[in-house]
Amino acid sequence: MIRLEKRPQPSRAWSLATPLVAVLATMAFGGLLFAALGKPPVEAIRTIFWEPLFGEFAFYYRPQLLVKGAPLVLIAIGLSLGFRAGIWNIGAEGQYIMGAIFGAGAGLAFYPSDSFLIFPFMVIAGAFGGWIWAMIPAVLKTRFGTNEILVSLMLVYVAEQFLASVSLGLLKNPEGFGFPGSRNLQSWDAAHNAELIAGTGMHWGVVSALIAVIFAYVLLNRHMTGYHIRLTGEAPRAARFAGVNPARLVLFCLGTSGALAGLAGMFEVSGPSGQVSIDFNVGYGFTAIIVAFLGRLHPVGILLAGGLMALTYIGGDIAQSNLQLPAAAIQVFQGMLLFFLLAFDLLTNFRIAIGKPEVA
Amino acid sequence: MSVPLLSLQGLTKAYPGVVANDTVSFDIGEGEVHALLGENGAGKSTLVKMIYGLVKPDSGKMLLRGQPYEPAEPRQARADGIAMVFQHFSLFDALNVAENIALGMENPPEMRDLAARIREVSETYGLPLDPFRTVGDLSAGERQRVEIIRCLLQDPKLLIMDEPTSVLTPQEVEILFKTLQKLQSEGTSILYISHKLEEIRTLCDHATILRLGKNVGECTPSETSARDMAEMMVGSSLQTPQRAAREFGEVAMDITGLSVPAPSAFGTALKNVHLKVRKGEILGIGGVAGNGQDELLGVLSGETLTDADAVKLHGKPIGRLGPTARRRLGVLAAPEERLGHAAAPDMSLTENAMLTGSVREGLEKNGFLDWGATKAFAERIITAFDVRTPGPGNAARSLSGGNLQKFVIGREVLQDPDVLVVNQPTWGVDAAAAAAIRQSLLDLAAKGAAVICISQDLDELMEISDSFAALNEGRLSAPREAAGLTVDEIGLMMGGAHGMEVAHV
Repeated sequence: MIRLEKRPQPSRAWSLATPLVAVLATMAFGGLLFAALGKPPVEAIRTIFWEPLFGEFAFYYRPQLLVKGAPLVLIAIGLSLGFRAGIWNIGAEGQYIMGAIFGAGAGLAFYPSDSFLIFPFMVIAGAFGGWIWAMIPAVLKTRFGTNEILVSLMLVYVAEQFLASVSLGLLKNPEGFGFPGSRNLQSWDAAHNAELIAGTGMHWGVVSALIAVIFAYVLLNRHMTGYHIRLTGEAPRAARFAGVNPARLVLFCLGTSGALAGLAGMFEVSGPSGQVSIDFNVGYGFTAIIVAFLGRLHPVGILLAGGLMALTYIGGDIAQSNLQLPAAAIQVFQGMLLFFLLAFDLLTNFRIAIGKPEVA
Repeated sequence: MSVPLLSLQGLTKAYPGVVANDTVSFDIGEGEVHALLGENGAGKSTLVKMIYGLVKPDSGKMLLRGQPYEPAEPRQARADGIAMVFQHFSLFDALNVAENIALGMENPPEMRDLAARIREVSETYGLPLDPFRTVGDLSAGERQRVEIIRCLLQDPKLLIMDEPTSVLTPQEVEILFKTLQKLQSEGTSILYISHKLEEIRTLCDHATILRLGKNVGECTPSETSARDMAEMMVGSSLQTPQRAAREFGEVAMDITGLSVPAPSAFGTALKNVHLKVRKGEILGIGGVAGNGQDELLGVLSGETLTDADAVKLHGKPIGRLGPTARRRLGVLAAPEERLGHAAAPDMSLTENAMLTGSVREGLEKNGFLDWGATKAFAERIITAFDVRTPGPGNAARSLSGGNLQKFVIGREVLQDPDVLVVNQPTWGVDAAAAAAIRQSLLDLAAKGAAVICISQDLDELMEISDSFAALNEGRLSAPREAAGLTVDEIGLMMGGAHGMEVAHV
């Protein structure tokens, strides 16, 4: 009989090898899937993983990696802090939307001023928008013991209604010939989150994501708050004993993740997207949950996972257009990645043993 | 000599990394009360699990009345007349006594007939018990009776009892012993597992002593001193903790009229607790488990906040201060539950040293952590308290229970507390280490700290306490000077026999 035995110590080797093994297993089984669909498996895998980085049109795709990866990393870093402590913010998508609305709104209030203060003010407003949206589930949880998973998730749909409303009303471009959506911030220099170096995709959001990674790393490894986050996740009762105030931790974790999601939304609306519109959000807030776990809730892991996720998105798009792979197959492929990661992750804490179980 | 009831011959059982039993042989005679003695981890549990069919031996054999005996599962062991009362009860609180007993039977009779049989057995053996009472309302002693009656209904030839007295007050122990003696007089053999030596001296005819999985000797308990048996268990001469005569200073910790509602449905409410500990004094708090020990520790450590004036340190109210603020003032605590409360299982010892050490050891500056100093602190604990581990980088859960306990106690003692509160400080710790932990508590008191030691081990409390109080259903008895207290008086403070009566045999 095959069974699982708990390891006395988490295995360090497996903890490092898991993401790699998961990617390899995804390639193998994804290849089988593509073959079953009648597509050349090796070619498909190569298109997804190789083409965006080193293919003929890599000069176009490489900046896209940063543009798509940055919001994922920025949001996932914030989420990982809460997830580490067992505080589940599932509503980053809503906080992302609110960050975009607040950020864009704060800027547009001063249109057409060309003050250099506009952009910093928009950054602060964007972070505030995400923060305040995350404070709703946080305060409800600490005051009334509501479930933050449900409240934060449902607030996503409220935020989407807000987005539709301001696109059609408050923030609608007065010179937009009646089309829904705000003024395009890309054509207003004071508010434009432009590429810092042309043609690289490097904008302020990418810089912020890198800063967030460093910030989270230092927080978790060198700071009392980070230690308390980890302690709460590992042993809540021991955390109480150590003097952690659970309510304060809920406010901190939800607040930080909301602010980072808001920032991501603000950088997106003022940069790659350019305007507040009804279909502004494309699911970064939900995908970031996958990125956070794919990166094993570790800041550096999340950085790599964000890159990998962006790669499969862009590679998947290329495979769809070049090889006519169905979009659903790409989604299954991405789902496999998370599935294998979680499956192999088990081996960090357990080992496979063969033989009859012993009654202990 | 006649054929023994059960003969164990060269039983060996190895687990990965440890030999739990190494060629253990001994005989249990008909109608004999046989003690199995040994420290935690000596292999007592593994041995009885083999007898009860829960674990299969790697080698060696067992003979039951001269016939080969190889139980594949407990059901078979029970069919052969072997019954076992476990240390931890397996009863459903919501069901009544008869229903609980029926659940453990292969072919339960009609409830009415079963109730009649329960009455009959309980009267014969002096274990008064109403078959229709709900188990949730019974005291620990009465629950144990349910387990014993469950066994007696099978008419066993051998009754195995695993540390039966650890949940009983002294009066309840006396009642239990009367029952066991009656069973013995009827020819039932009893295998009695314990590390309480005085009990074994009064009850048992014969003792087998296990150390590190080996049978290291046998003796007749009534003719051997408790000290000699203890030394056979430990394998070396025992250090009795030394207590120096000391003066008590002013009152350090003062609790007045404290009442706290139960934190959960399974918790115990504290009711009007009064308590004073002076500098240099060790206050022992006894009581059967589940009478408010955890809750009292929570109130002292700051995990449970109370009215400011209910808890005072050197006359200043601290009832509203959390654990960190109390540590700063010198109030430290070591909870009973090691994994998950006193320590985080998956974190390293270094990280666990940070858990309570950050304030007093200066491991944190402006919120930033000094891991170098923390590691040094962890290493100091490991050295000073002889914690057996490859190093401070190992996860807490990789340590044995006793070693982790030494780490947890050492972590608080080394921080030089003014008031130290410990709950079950030597639970699951071997005798030598327990002596070292008790000595460290005595040394701490000698240096002028006030120590509150909550424990269920009365011998331990008598060994180190200056004054003694007992918790019973959330109420704390008035503290009394420990010297000169008799076992009877202690038992009454613990709530006596909880309404149970001695068997009229």
